[in-house]
Amino acid sequence: MVKQSKVYYWMALPAFLIFFIFHTVPVFQGMMYSFTNYKGYGDFNFVGLKNYINLFQDQRILASYGFTFKFAIVSTILVNIISLAIAMGLNAKIKFRNTLRAVFFVPNILSVLIVGFIFNYLFAFFIPQIAEKLGITSLTQNILGNPDLAWVGIVIVAVWQAVAFNTILYLAGLQTIPTELYEAANLDGAGKWKSFIHITFPLIASFFTINMVLAMKNFLMVFDHIIAMTGGGPGQSTEAISVLIYKGGFSGGEFAYQAANSVIYFILIVVISVLQIKFLQKREVDM
Amino acid sequence: MESKKVNWPITILLIICSLVILFPLYLTIVTAFKSPDEMSKSLLSLPNKLRWENFTEAIHLTNFFQAFKNSFIVTIFTVVFTLLTNSMVAYAIARNMHRRLFKFLYYYFVSAMFVPFPIIMLPVIKQTSLFGLNNMTGLIFLYIVYGLAFNIFIYVGYIRSIPQSLEEAAYVDGASTWTVFWKVIFPLLSPINATVGILTCLWAWNDFMLPLVILSDRDSMTLPLVQYVFQSQFTTNYNLAFASYLMALSPMVLVYIIAQKWIISGVTKGAVK
Repeated sequence: MVKQSKVYYWMALPAFLIFFIFHTVPVFQGMMYSFTNYKGYGDFNFVGLKNYINLFQDQRILASYGFTFKFAIVSTILVNIISLAIAMGLNAKIKFRNTLRAVFFVPNILSVLIVGFIFNYLFAFFIPQIAEKLGITSLTQNILGNPDLAWVGIVIVAVWQAVAFNTILYLAGLQTIPTELYEAANLDGAGKWKSFIHITFPLIASFFTINMVLAMKNFLMVFDHIIAMTGGGPGQSTEAISVLIYKGGFSGGEFAYQAANSVIYFILIVVISVLQIKFLQKREVDM
Repeated sequence: MESKKVNWPITILLIICSLVILFPLYLTIVTAFKSPDEMSKSLLSLPNKLRWENFTEAIHLTNFFQAFKNSFIVTIFTVVFTLLTNSMVAYAIARNMHRRLFKFLYYYFVSAMFVPFPIIMLPVIKQTSLFGLNNMTGLIFLYIVYGLAFNIFIYVGYIRSIPQSLEEAAYVDGASTWTVFWKVIFPLLSPINATVGILTCLWAWNDFMLPLVILSDRDSMTLPLVQYVFQSQFTTNYNLAFASYLMALSPMVLVYIIAQKWIISGVTKGAVK
């Protein structure tokens, strides 16, 4: 065995090197650029913390953080409530279980971008038409064209799409709970709600943690939905952080500035993921 | 036995909920087959006659077959090379976790999962054009490389659950580490290869952000990117747009209909690990 060990290096080290060049180096390059005034081309100088100081005074940046967090928190909560409910339904003694499960999973295999385009049309034509017939005047306009409501449209599409994956995960969790537990609880006179609080939820707590962390992280990185539906508008009301980095850094001549934005964004995502895992795991133990 | 009875209220409730999923898809299909005139009468009704012209026109306008071919090539190459390379790297790490270097590699790769793509997007754009990787080859290459973080995580977990006795027997017979990996271990990885393969396939097929930032040549664009590029020309003709969307979505839907159980269990395993 000892003689063989060199081979293991040949298996792992090239991958390490390539990964380092194409993933780690860009991370450090981004950090380096964030201290410069680089435009994406030409010469540049180091400017210290200037980009970072400007970031915190830039209304457009602050607004993008506000939007992204509002969107991510609302979507995470909705997705988890809805997918847990659907998963419990699928786990009950129902007919057509496999077919229904297959249908609920469909959005997960579809391209988010194209789904966004399709919903664009729903919001632009279908919903206003229905609303007009029903006399709901507030919905007769395309909500994506309304700066105060456009984010709701994006939440709807994001939730429609993300529920699929979380449902399947919760269902996997629910299937690990032996039915005898419910029968015993039933005999003890526990109602449906009590069984849920005292049996179901504690036993799927680890799935709840995964779902919350994954959903939050994915929603904080929202990009495709925005590009497909609003492009960040109307105005800049739905400009997510990643969209701003793309637009400002790619074509707006703000390469260094958006690199600084990326660094802050990165730190925030790591801090939030770690906090969520810590907090939710602690609750798992408590329960 | 009351508990064996079918719970009809929940069944019906779920069927109603599933309409929320099916309705937009229904609308996509009927819209794709209608003419603009029919649309103005009713959005919901079935088309009077199937307008195949929408599809031929969309194929012509977006150069559909080129984009389809590109997406297909990118996805196939990404999946095949991801399975072959990522599993090998994970094997080397999994069997040497007691050594400091390999333990470091494990945590190095896994911690990269916390780095979202938008963070490295701007430097990567510069890097790919510097290395001449702003094309399909570069796209495939980056999918394989970026996949390492997550794939090492799930492969290592799985490989460590395989007892080493099999390998030891092969070593006694004089096999080399390469032979042991390809002949003994790789075949045993089929369940987890399925998971990695499905997740990679969905990612490479549906991804929009990486093609958007690194592909510059119109002939190398993938299906989602093409829908985006032609969006401005679609706004006047929704039937044409929906024919195009339907064609872009349907290959994956067909695969899903055939391999539905397999795909769901593969995705679940990937997430639960």
